Amino acid sequence: MTLKNEDVRNIAQLARLQISDSEVGQLTTDLSNILALAEQMKAVDTSNVTPMAHPMDATQRLRDDEVTETNQRDKFQSIAPDVENGFYRVPKVIE
Amino acid sequence: MTHSIKQIQHGLAQKKFSSVEITQQYLDQIELHNKTLNCFITVTGELALRQAKAADGVIARGEAKALTGVPLAHKDIFCTDGVKTSCASKMLDNFIAPYDATIIEKFKHDGAVMLGKTNMDEFAMGSSNENSYYGAVSNPWDLERVPGGSSGGSAAAVAASLAPAATGTDTGGSIRQPAALCGISGIKPTYGRVSRYGMIAFGSSLDQGGPLARSAEDCAVLLQTMAGFDPRDSTSIDRPVPDYCERLDEDISGLKIGLPAEYFAEGLDAGVAKVIESAIDEYRKLGAEIVDIQLPNSKLSIPVYYIVATAECSSNLSRFDGVRFGHRCDNPVDLEDLYRRSRDEGFGDEVKRRIMIGTYALSAGYYDAYYLKAQQLRRLIKQDYEKAFNQVDIILCPVTPEVAFKQGAKTDDPVSMYLQDIYTLALNLAGLPGMSIPAGFSQGLPVGMQLIGNYFNEPGLLNVAHQFQQATDWHMKTPEIT
Repeated sequence: MTLKNEDVRNIAQLARLQISDSEVGQLTTDLSNILALAEQMKAVDTSNVTPMAHPMDATQRLRDDEVTETNQRDKFQSIAPDVENGFYRVPKVIE
Repeated sequence: MTHSIKQIQHGLAQKKFSSVEITQQYLDQIELHNKTLNCFITVTGELALRQAKAADGVIARGEAKALTGVPLAHKDIFCTDGVKTSCASKMLDNFIAPYDATIIEKFKHDGAVMLGKTNMDEFAMGSSNENSYYGAVSNPWDLERVPGGSSGGSAAAVAASLAPAATGTDTGGSIRQPAALCGISGIKPTYGRVSRYGMIAFGSSLDQGGPLARSAEDCAVLLQTMAGFDPRDSTSIDRPVPDYCERLDEDISGLKIGLPAEYFAEGLDAGVAKVIESAIDEYRKLGAEIVDIQLPNSKLSIPVYYIVATAECSSNLSRFDGVRFGHRCDNPVDLEDLYRRSRDEGFGDEVKRRIMIGTYALSAGYYDAYYLKAQQLRRLIKQDYEKAFNQVDIILCPVTPEVAFKQGAKTDDPVSMYLQDIYTLALNLAGLPGMSIPAGFSQGLPVGMQLIGNYFNEPGLLNVAHQFQQATDWHMKTPEIT
């Protein structure tokens, strides 16, 4: 699998990463090399193999719907970049 | 000054020294050598002495718990309430964790003292500790060489006696590989054995915390505190924790040790192979039966790992958005700009590469070919081990294809760095427990031996490692730091 610069720009957009024009070339080479490594997987027939999501095939536990955490908003927001009246502030989203 | 955890416990109990005295000794060593080695991102000297003083009071009252007054270092991936937790990333350079990881809570409960937070590869992504925002760590055996990664700071700190033991995490070898390259012992427990709560996530189906220490016996003592069910980790396994020290002294004659042919094939350095061969002979002398086995899908572990781990990392690291905590760029023009520039500025190159590979592997049209395929192959890798454990009790193989390499030797080529992990990845994919213990030296540098056990057979692993360490003294060798 060889990627083009345009593919890498598209992946960066999906991953919400800013990629400068000077970085694109090297990234395209690096990512193509890594994907070339992944091509080895194609050689093995896995048509009847169930995908493995957990080493012990464990499923998610359920618990009673009870309040287990105390409200620590002020503590958590003390490390936030920008807050106001208990809200996280971001640039205007809707015009 | 080299103390084992056992010796420190003994010394404190016998009042040979106080916790304040032993803690101060380690802080002095850190002061002396950390500039050279760069093992610690944060040294919590004041806090350590406060904890040590409190511990001395507890000991005086005769109320000591398992680790009361014992100083330890923690990988900077574990959240520590009120103490900077950076994950070696600019993204979290300003992050003061608002809570303790479960294992930190457990160490506090058992009375341990925290010396500081150790350096690592950014977000645990790397095999050389060169991907840290805070700079590379030096290997105490040769300052121009890497200590391994990602728990490189923890491994180097223990090897150089800046801490008697430290915590680490292992997603694809990050406890075992640095332990091997620094000449110390480390155990990666069964997936689900140690809580991941408060341990900053990289590959959630692979990540597992564990101890790095001088000996298997010390690993057993620390694992005792770390292991156990945690309702706050949805993948934690609810199963009783055995006494990890109980079986250490068991005789291992008649035990079947398997050697996987694939792990002794082309690519293994001759010097490393020779050391592993003599370790195998040592096990023969101890009465173990050596059996040849096959793990035919081993070679697939590199591509499978680098798809599964990157896919999970791209998902996990989406939480770093510059909104709630961590780095935020200056003057964002809109929300998209805030996300993209905060992440670009906050993440290093290797982290960005992995996020992008993972994003691609999970994207529409490619999911089946990459992620699903990798999850299928993962089952085949696991089945290899299941078959092997029908034949043998323990699997023995190298940890790394070569001894510690020079800093900068592999930084320009991500794929050559990934190939370093060839012997360690399969175990994480299968979720099995594994150890690295010192087995000898090649070119004057430590060589690690890997021992792999069946699910939850940590007691068996620790026993086999401890018996080797009773018969040899490789784990007692310490570097001269100049």
